[in-house]
Amino acid sequence: MLKKLLIANRGEIAVRVIRAAQDLGIATVAVYSAADADALHVRLADEAVNIGPPAAKKSYLNIETIIAAAIEKGCDSIHPGYGFLAENAGFSDAVTAAGLSFVGPSGDAIRLMGDKVSARTAAAAAGVPVVPGSTGRVDGIEAGRHVLEETGFPVMIKAAAGGGGRGIRIANSLSEFEQAFPQAEAEALAAFGDGGLYMEKVIGKARHIEVQVLADGKDAIHCYERECSLQRRRQKVWEEAPSRCLSDALREELCASAVALAKAVNYSGAGTVEYLYDDEADRFYFIEMNTRIQVEHPVTEAITGIDLVAEMLRIAGGEPLRIRQGDVTVKGHAIEVRLNAEDPAKDFAPFPGKIGDLRIPGGPGVRFDSMLYNGYQVPPFYDSLLAKLIVHADTREAAIVRLTRALGELQIDGVKTTKRLFLALAADPSVKAGDVHTRWLEGWLQDNARALAG
Amino acid sequence: MAQLLSPLPGTFYRSASPDQPPFKADGDGVAVGDVIGLIEVMKSFHEVKAEIAGKNIRFVADNEDPVMAGAPLADLD
Repeated sequence: MLKKLLIANRGEIAVRVIRAAQDLGIATVAVYSAADADALHVRLADEAVNIGPPAAKKSYLNIETIIAAAIEKGCDSIHPGYGFLAENAGFSDAVTAAGLSFVGPSGDAIRLMGDKVSARTAAAAAGVPVVPGSTGRVDGIEAGRHVLEETGFPVMIKAAAGGGGRGIRIANSLSEFEQAFPQAEAEALAAFGDGGLYMEKVIGKARHIEVQVLADGKDAIHCYERECSLQRRRQKVWEEAPSRCLSDALREELCASAVALAKAVNYSGAGTVEYLYDDEADRFYFIEMNTRIQVEHPVTEAITGIDLVAEMLRIAGGEPLRIRQGDVTVKGHAIEVRLNAEDPAKDFAPFPGKIGDLRIPGGPGVRFDSMLYNGYQVPPFYDSLLAKLIVHADTREAAIVRLTRALGELQIDGVKTTKRLFLALAADPSVKAGDVHTRWLEGWLQDNARALAG
Repeated sequence: MAQLLSPLPGTFYRSASPDQPPFKADGDGVAVGDVIGLIEVMKSFHEVKAEIAGKNIRFVADNEDPVMAGAPLADLD
């Protein structure tokens, strides 16, 4: 078992990891930038180290400073959370080289899954269905024209080295393709120093479905799936588990494919294999694997009763997986919504500020993961996530009712938040029916701008 | 002398990206509506436009400085 853990993150996920560590009797060391001296994770951890100025590049992304802090404080391990250095292969390598345990996979596994082309190749080799597209990098427009025979239109052109929705172009015709391809090449070269592209068929109405895996480097299990189809600008805003669109047979096939991939890459820790699900064809396709704990992990915890962060810490401490696949069962339905410091009435403009009166919802089936407290000054330097509200009930219908009830109890004065968005979504007939896809919310937001402004 | 103030709290950038020249160099003239920098607020970027015109801009905030709303970014003659 680990003895002393440094948490290389901030915000609600730092709080979440500190809690899991403390529940296991592991001592905790927080790190913080000058802008986060009063942050909740600093208050909750046993010790805290100032690692630099507000700019993330100079603090939360500074590998040398973070590892030096861990060594100085006598830590034996580092948890990266999500974002920042969580999927930085060099960080995983550097932590290991310093003689510490990295709570996550090896640098090699992160590198393999971090490159879209090598990830896709690994997935296909493990028997995981992939979206029709280029089998590897597409170098030059001539090679790109050949790939079109596989994909048809619309086709997506992405930078091989990119991430997070950057540098993605969609072409609906050959003429659009001829124009977009050289632009994407130049953009990829400028942004990433690598003009390599890859191409993929665009699935018209796709759901986003992802499978949670846990692995110890040898063995792997899944903890079933989450559906995260409600997205704005490719950012998830509402996540739930299980997905209601899957048949039991397809669910087993989907989850087994995620386990096969995790085993094929000797994965260690918690990870998520992401898929597109095509309703019409009733088929799923691999998109990517995220080699970290995810924001939406609590919905899986709610339906399976597994503490995913605690399991990550156990695995990093050298224990083999202690949960067997047959022990993982799904109970009820869970929904998470992301309460961001954004103004839904003004196109989700960021809204940092000082928290006034804070009333947190409670009662059965309600969980609130957050770094907020009364009087907390939300700094403008980091992402806008303030809190995650997670509800759990016997059925999806009951979970939506409970979500509305809990949102009604929630009060966050002092800043604008996305609460109003979720109250409206919870009352929407399409959301209630689960009749959504990954681009549904963008259209809904245009049609309902007035309701959100009110 | 006049001052250009930050309209938002966040991180101040003097150019659109690290490999591009600054929007304005010290000594440049400024017209109303000229972009003089960007403020990054919670990972979204907002242009800072001059609300007054002037000569000989002198930046008092450095590239990547954390700034509060209302903080001076530059002096103008």
